[in-house]
Amino acid sequence: MYPITAVNVPCVNTPFASTGASATGLVAGLKALGRKGITVLAFAGDGGTYDIGIQSLSGAAERQMDFIYVCYDNEGYMNTGNQRSGSTPLGAVSGTTPVLGKQQYQKDMTAIMEAHGLPYVATCSASFPLDLYEKVKKARTIEGTRFIHIQTPCPPGWLFPFSDTIKIGELAVETGLVVLYEIEDGIFRLTSMSESVASKGTQLRPVREYFNHQGRFKTITEEQIDELQEWVTTRWKHFLHRATHA
Amino acid sequence: MAIQRKSNIHIMDGNQAAAIAARLSRVQVVAAYPITPQTPLTEQLSLFVESGELKAEYVAVESEHSALAVCTSASIVGARAFTATSAHGLAYMHEMLHWAAGARLPIVLACVNRAIGAPWNVLNDQQDSIAQRDTGWIQIYCRNNQEILDTVIQAFRIAEQVYVPVMVCYDGYILSHTEMPVDIPDQADVDKYLPPYKPHTTLDPANPKNYNLVTLADPRVGVEGKLCHGYMELRYLLQEALQNSRETILDAGQEFNKIFGRDYARMFWEDRNEDAEITIVAMGSLAMEAIVAADMLREEGIKVGVLGLRVFRPFPKADVVRVLRKSKLIVVFDKNISYGSEGATCSEIKSALYGTYINASIRNFIVGLGGRDVKARELADATRKAIASLKETVINPDYPEWICQI
Ligand SMILES: Cc1ncc(C[n+]2csc(CCOP(=O)(O)OP(=O)(O)O)c2C)c(N)n1
Repeated sequence: MYPITAVNVPCVNTPFASTGASATGLVAGLKALGRKGITVLAFAGDGGTYDIGIQSLSGAAERQMDFIYVCYDNEGYMNTGNQRSGSTPLGAVSGTTPVLGKQQYQKDMTAIMEAHGLPYVATCSASFPLDLYEKVKKARTIEGTRFIHIQTPCPPGWLFPFSDTIKIGELAVETGLVVLYEIEDGIFRLTSMSESVASKGTQLRPVREYFNHQGRFKTITEEQIDELQEWVTTRWKHFLHRATHA
Repeated sequence: MAIQRKSNIHIMDGNQAAAIAARLSRVQVVAAYPITPQTPLTEQLSLFVESGELKAEYVAVESEHSALAVCTSASIVGARAFTATSAHGLAYMHEMLHWAAGARLPIVLACVNRAIGAPWNVLNDQQDSIAQRDTGWIQIYCRNNQEILDTVIQAFRIAEQVYVPVMVCYDGYILSHTEMPVDIPDQADVDKYLPPYKPHTTLDPANPKNYNLVTLADPRVGVEGKLCHGYMELRYLLQEALQNSRETILDAGQEFNKIFGRDYARMFWEDRNEDAEITIVAMGSLAMEAIVAADMLREEGIKVGVLGLRVFRPFPKADVVRVLRKSKLIVVFDKNISYGSEGATCSEIKSALYGTYINASIRNFIVGLGGRDVKARELADATRKAIASLKETVINPDYPEWICQI
C-alpha cells in the first residue's frame, strides 16, 4: 500500500482486465529502448486470468509476447470476498453460488494456453515449492509467452483451518484434482508428486478426501462426487498416456 | 519576422496526416485496434514500421482496452507511445483512459470522432470524445488536416512537459477521409521542436520502485518518515496540471510558429470578433463551416464573429470571456449532447460567463449527429432564428434546439 511496498522488484500495478496487454507494453517499451536482459513477469489471479483478463492474455500469447505469465489460482474472486470464477470447482459454495454450489466444471485454462502453441506451459501447486522454483527457473531461460499456473489453497475462501493449507494443496495433487506437469516445446512431462505417483504405479487417493476437508464443499452431492471421481480418473489416464507417449 | 522555409505540400487525408505526424514525432511504441474511420491511420502506421520508415514497436493488439494498456506500460518504461481510435473503441478504452491520466503518462491518442451506437452508425459526431472529457486528458480539436499533423506533434511536446496524456480529436470522414493540402515539416525541424521523452518513472531492477499501488484517502508516512500524498492529493495534482497546462499549450504553439511558421499560440480560433455583436461557437471542422456562415450573415449586414473551440480540456474560461465581452448573442453549435441537459460546449460557455458582466443571450443547437450533414446555410439559418428569438424574454432556454426533422 502506497507509499510502502514489500515487493522488491520494479512493479507496475494495472487494471484487472489488462494484465496480458500491460506486460506486452513493458516488453515493447523495453525493446524500443534497447534495454536487454530484463525478464517481464505478469502476475494475476484466476479471475484476472480465466475470466476478465482472458482476452488480453490470449491476444498477447497469440502474438508470442516475450514474458512469463503466472496465474495465482485460489479458485475464486477472493479480493472481493469469494465469488465464483471460471476456476471455482464443481460443487463449491461461494458468494455467488451460495446455496447449490457451483454447477459447472472448472475451465481448463492451462489447456487453453497450451492451444496457443506456447513454448512453455506448466502447472504448479503452492504446496510443492521446489517444483514451482524449478519451473520458474526453467521458464526464465525460454523466449516467448510462458504460462505458469499455481493452485493456491485459500483458507478463508475454501473454509479450512490455516494450519491445513499445505495439506490441502498436497491432497489436491494426491487425489489427481491437480496434476503437476510441464509442456516444453510440445513435450509433455509429469513432475514432482504427480510424476512419482505415475512412475510408482500407486493409486490416486479418492477425491472425497479432498472435499471432506473443506467447508466450501458442504453441499456437494454424492452424484457430483461420483461424477468428479470419474472425471479425475479419465483425465489421469489421459495424462499417463501423454507422459508415456511423449 | 517572415520565416524563410521551403514548403513541402502534399495532398492527403486526415488519417494520413496523423500517421505522418506520429512518424515525425519518432513514436517508439504504437498499439492500436482498427475501427472505422480510424482504420487507415492504423494501417499506415504498421506500414511505416514494417517498411522500416519508422523505428518503433507496432503491437497489433486484440482490443482497444489492450491498446491503451500497452501504451500505458510502454510509456511507464520510458518509450514514446501513440494510439488511435474512434467511437466504440474509445468507449472500450474508458478504464485505461483514467489509468493513463492517473498515472500521469504522456501518451498521445488520435480520436477520429465518430457516433456511438446503438443503433450502429460509422459517421461523424463528437459524442465519443466528449463522453471522455472527465478522464483527465487534455483534449484538442482540429479543423483541418494541416492542424491534425501540427497538433499531433505539439501534443507530444505538451504531454511530455506536463505529464498529462493528450487526445487529438478530428472529425471522422469530414477530415479523416477528405484530402487537403498539407505541408509536411522536415524531420530535422521536428527533432529540434520535440526533445526526447524523459519519463518520470524508473523501472530498473537495480533501483526497484512500485507504481500505482493501492493508495489511501489520507496522506501516509513512508519508510523514510516522509509524509506521502493520499489519493485525493494525487487527484488535486492532476487537476492542477490541467489548469496550468494552458501556458505550456500556448508556448508549444508559439515555438511551433517560430520553427514551422504556423501560429498555434491560442486556445481557440477567432474570426472577426473585434466588432461582432453575435458570436457563433463551434468545435472541430464545424468551426470552418461557421466561418462560411458568418460570411453569409455579414453580407446581410449582421455583425457576426466566430469562436472556433480548439482546446476543450483544459477549458479556456478566461480567454473565452475576453472574446465574448461584446457579444449580445452567442449561438453555440454542438455535435454532441449531454442527454437531459444540453450540448457540452454550451455548458462550458455558460459556466465561463457566470459572474462576469457579460449578459448575452445564449442559444444552443444540436447538429450533425451520426453524420447528418451540416451546411453553412443551416448554421446561418439557425443564427437568424436565434436573432429572431431575442424578442422573447428568455435569455437562456433550458434545453437546446435540434436541427433535425422532428
Ligand atoms: C473491471 C473490474 N471489475 C471488477 C473489479 C473488482 N474486483 C477486484 S479484484 C476482483 C476479483 C479478483 O479475483 P482473482 O483474479 O481470482 O484474484 P484473487 O483476489 O482471488 O487473488 C474483482 C472482481 C475490478 N477491480 N475491476
